Formats: sequence, structure tokens, C-alpha cells
Amino acid sequence: MGLEFVSLSLPPLLIGIFAAIACALPGNFLLLRRQALIGDAISHVVLPGIVLAFLVTGAVSAWPMLLGAGAAALVTVLLIEIIRRVGRIEPGAAMGVVFTAMFAGGVLLLEQSDTSSVHLDVQHALYGNLESLIWLDGLGWASLLDWEALKGIPPELPRMFFTLVFVCGFIFLLWRPLKLSTFDEGFARTLGLPTGLIGLSLVVVAATAAVAAFDAVGSIIVIAMFICPPAAARMMTNRLERQIGWSVGFATLSAVLGYVLAGYGPLWLGGQNAVSAAGMIATVSGVILGVAALAGPCRHRAGAPAG
Amino acid sequence: MNLTLAAKDGRNQPRDEGRAESPLAVRGLTVSYGEKPAVFSVDATFRAGAMTAIVGPNGAGKSTLLKAALGIVRPLSGKVTCYGKPLAKQRGRIAYVPQRASVDWDFPTRVIDVVLMGLYRQLGLLGRVRAGQMETALACLDRVGMREFADRQIGQLSGGQQQRVFLARALAQGAELYLLDEPFAGVDAATEKAIIAVLKELKAQGKTVVAVHHDLSTVPEYFDRVFLINTTRVAEGTVEEAFTEAHLHEAYGGRLATAQMSVAG
Repeated sequence: MGLEFVSLSLPPLLIGIFAAIACALPGNFLLLRRQALIGDAISHVVLPGIVLAFLVTGAVSAWPMLLGAGAAALVTVLLIEIIRRVGRIEPGAAMGVVFTAMFAGGVLLLEQSDTSSVHLDVQHALYGNLESLIWLDGLGWASLLDWEALKGIPPELPRMFFTLVFVCGFIFLLWRPLKLSTFDEGFARTLGLPTGLIGLSLVVVAATAAVAAFDAVGSIIVIAMFICPPAAARMMTNRLERQIGWSVGFATLSAVLGYVLAGYGPLWLGGQNAVSAAGMIATVSGVILGVAALAGPCRHRAGAPAG
Repeated sequence: MNLTLAAKDGRNQPRDEGRAESPLAVRGLTVSYGEKPAVFSVDATFRAGAMTAIVGPNGAGKSTLLKAALGIVRPLSGKVTCYGKPLAKQRGRIAYVPQRASVDWDFPTRVIDVVLMGLYRQLGLLGRVRAGQMETALACLDRVGMREFADRQIGQLSGGQQQRVFLARALAQGAELYLLDEPFAGVDAATEKAIIAVLKELKAQGKTVVAVHHDLSTVPEYFDRVFLINTTRVAEGTVEEAFTEAHLHEAYGGRLATAQMSVAG
């Protein structure tokens, strides 16, 4: 168990957990700001950004692609704002228009460009390649302390880890302004808080998490993790501090349970092949949300209407 | 003819009277959300130590005036001074109570957390809430009669209780100038009494209170000064000077009859 687990399962499992938490954390705030679709939008527009980066550099390497994805995310946020203001369309519709159009553009670009030689296709964009992120040098638990072996670790793992550290740092440092401006933007502004900048930095952090996670686990997990764990967590508690904790727990549970079920579930049911881990992780997060909606202690909204 | 004369009198008050020391003064303030301005070229000088009602018909720009004066919405033009200095330098002297309906009361937080938001300028980014600050917050809840609700989730309160929590948060700011946007909108009679009692306490302590107010019938009882607005300034002065039938007629036009009826009913 030890040897196989460390080389085959530990890296994808950790990457899945880190990605899930990195997306769920900003998701809490996006959800409360009624901007949950932003995560959806970003994870879709990453595709044209990555394809363009590939066309420019001619190689599948991490940094140009991350930059391309980041640029695409930025263009999206700007486009959404422009369409919203010029077209006087409600924000949800503006997001819907932009991200579907950009994703479709990405698919067309991908089809027209010669990417057959590299691992870049629509399927990869949706499901990622979690199962293939294995650590061949990981020959048992002892390898975790072996520097030479650690060098062979999939680069997605440290990248996702540092992304998670960055996201945690952002939320820890800006906890108070984030909470204040999410609850009562007008009041926050009278305190002198730069609420526009705070909102923008939240979107940038969410985009960073989405782009990093997309590379490793695909857009399905990103979309699910931005919404499902925070939404389920909201039904477990009436305090934001605890909601964050619950969302981290649910994200971790989704990643672990989803990964295990994808690998062994079909076998247990008498099937032959494992199913997509990304798909199963997203499914589990949806099931958790369903259970929380049916049985969570704070699913009833009491008191006065929001107005 | 008389009408216009009376209106002119209101407008022709010496404009710079007390401006330097005024807690809040705006000059030539114009705000627009679309093509039509919500507030057009308004001058206002709110008097220190007074309780002023901002009064006018629906859509007359009452809230907009307040929000622009506070920098919540960006004016097209105009200048705002607070105690004779730019607003940005005086934020610690201002407390603000937004319209209750402007926030989502389902937000996962407790009453005491909302009141502690009023202490943000003391707490800063990472400062821990010290025992003394918690005492301050609880004392503010006490003043509005909400201390026993400190641990409740804010969505579990009635509209009037939510309004009191907002007032407690403003009290926690420990300011000199209190700006309130429709503090009596949709609250029960007991809450209205509790709020006005607190506001009168503030006045007695020498603080300045400015409130957007929609109930004409209570203006003389609650306030000592009135600022009448209908996109442009109509009148400004003591209740006796500014809250006259002629000014009201100018501000409300044909709608005054309706306004009075809704007050009576």
C-alpha cells in the first residue's frame, strides 16, 4: 500500500485537496457578494488564454500558459464590466455572454491550431489530468524526506501548494475589510476603505486560484469548488468565520472522497475501469451540497426579508 | 409670486455662514446616475450641534445627497468639506447609518460583530478585539436596548431591531457627526421612540445629527432644522424658517396632498 500510494495516489490527492481549498476559500466571499458566476466565467475563459499562449510560444510550458490564462481572465473581467455598463445588462447575463463566447472562441482556436502533438484538448480543459500526476521517484514514505526523489515530484503539486498559501494569506490579511465590504459596501466606504480595489483584488485572487487549479485539475472542479463547499457551509452555520472552516472541510472531503470513489467505486460496483477523478470530486461536492440543503441546521432563513 | 419670493429667501441665506466650522458643507454638488441628475448644484451647510432633517419627495435626491457628501457615490461636480477640511482627513469624526434595506441581512454574522464593525478604525487590519472594545460595543447595544441580542444572527431580528443594531454600530464609531439614511423607515413605534431618544441624547452631548426623513408629520417634533430638497435645494433653515407650507409646496408640488394623506393614514 505504502509504495504504490505514495507514488500514484498521494500527489493527485494532495493536488486535488489544495485546488479544492484554494477555490473554495474565495468562493465564500464570491457567493455572499452574489458573484459566484465569476469563478465559472474565469475557469471557462482560461481555455482561449492557454491556447493563445501555446500558439505564441509553441510549447506546453507552465508559465506562458499561466500568464495567458491570467491575461484572458483580466480581459474577461474588463469585458463583463464594459458590457454591463454600455449594454445596461444585468451582471449575471453579462458574465454569461462573455464566458461562453470566450470559451467557444477557445474551442475554435484549439480546433484550428495544430495541437495534436501536445496534450492540449477540450477534454483536458474540462477534466484536467489529475490521475496522470504521478510521482515516479516516490518509492514509499521515506521518499518524502529524500531531496533527490522530491525533485521528481509533479510541478503542479508545489504550484498548487503555493497558490493555496497565497490565497490563505490574502484572506487572513484582508479578513476584516473583505467581510466589512461584502456585508455593507456603503458603510465600508465611509470608513475610507477602497471597496472597489478590495472587490477587484478578490476577483484577481479567485482568478489566480482558478488558473492554477485549471492547469492541474480542469475547469469542472474549479467551477464546483467555487460554489458547492461554500454554499453547503453556509447552511451549517450562521457565522462567517465558521462557514470558512466548514467550506475547507467540505472541499477536502470532496477531494478525498471523490478521488477514492473514482478509483475504486466502479470496481466495487463490479465495473472495470476507474472514472474521471475530477468528475467524481465535483459530483461528491454536489452531493454534499444536497445533503446540507436537506439536513443543515441553518438552511432556514429566518427574520426579515433582505429587502 | 409670493411662493418664489419665499423660496428665494431660503436660497439667499448667507452661503458661507459658519462654513468653516460646519461639520458638513457641500458646494455645487451635482450627482447623476443616468442622464438626469439626481442632485443638481446643491449647496448645504449643516449646523453643528443641531438635528437636521433632509426632507423631500421620493426620488428628490435625499439619500443621494448624503451618499455623495460621504463619498459613497461619486459626484459629477461639487466640493465637500467636513469641519472645514476635505472629507478624507475627517472620516474618524463621522458615523453613518445606511438604509436598512441596503444590506443583505442573511449575511452570516452576529449582532455583536456588526457593532464591532464600527470600531474598524481602531482595530485596523489585524488588531484583536480587546476587552475594553468589547465593552464599548456591548454598551452601544445597551443604549439601543439590544444587549441581550448580541449573539443572535442578524437575520433573526425584526426590521426595527436591525435598525437599532445599525444605530449601535454608528454609536460605536464614537463620532461627532451622525448621518442617518431613513432611520425610521419601516420600523415599529417602540424602535422609533428608542432611536429618537438616542439621537436627542447625542444632540444633548453636542453632537451633530443629519437624517434623511420621509415622515413630514414628525419633522417639527424630532428635528430643529430642515433641509428641503427636490433635486435642487428648496430651503434650508430652522423648522420655523424652512418647513413652511410655501416651501413644502415648492418641493413637493402637486404631490404634497398625497404626502400629507399618507402621513395621516
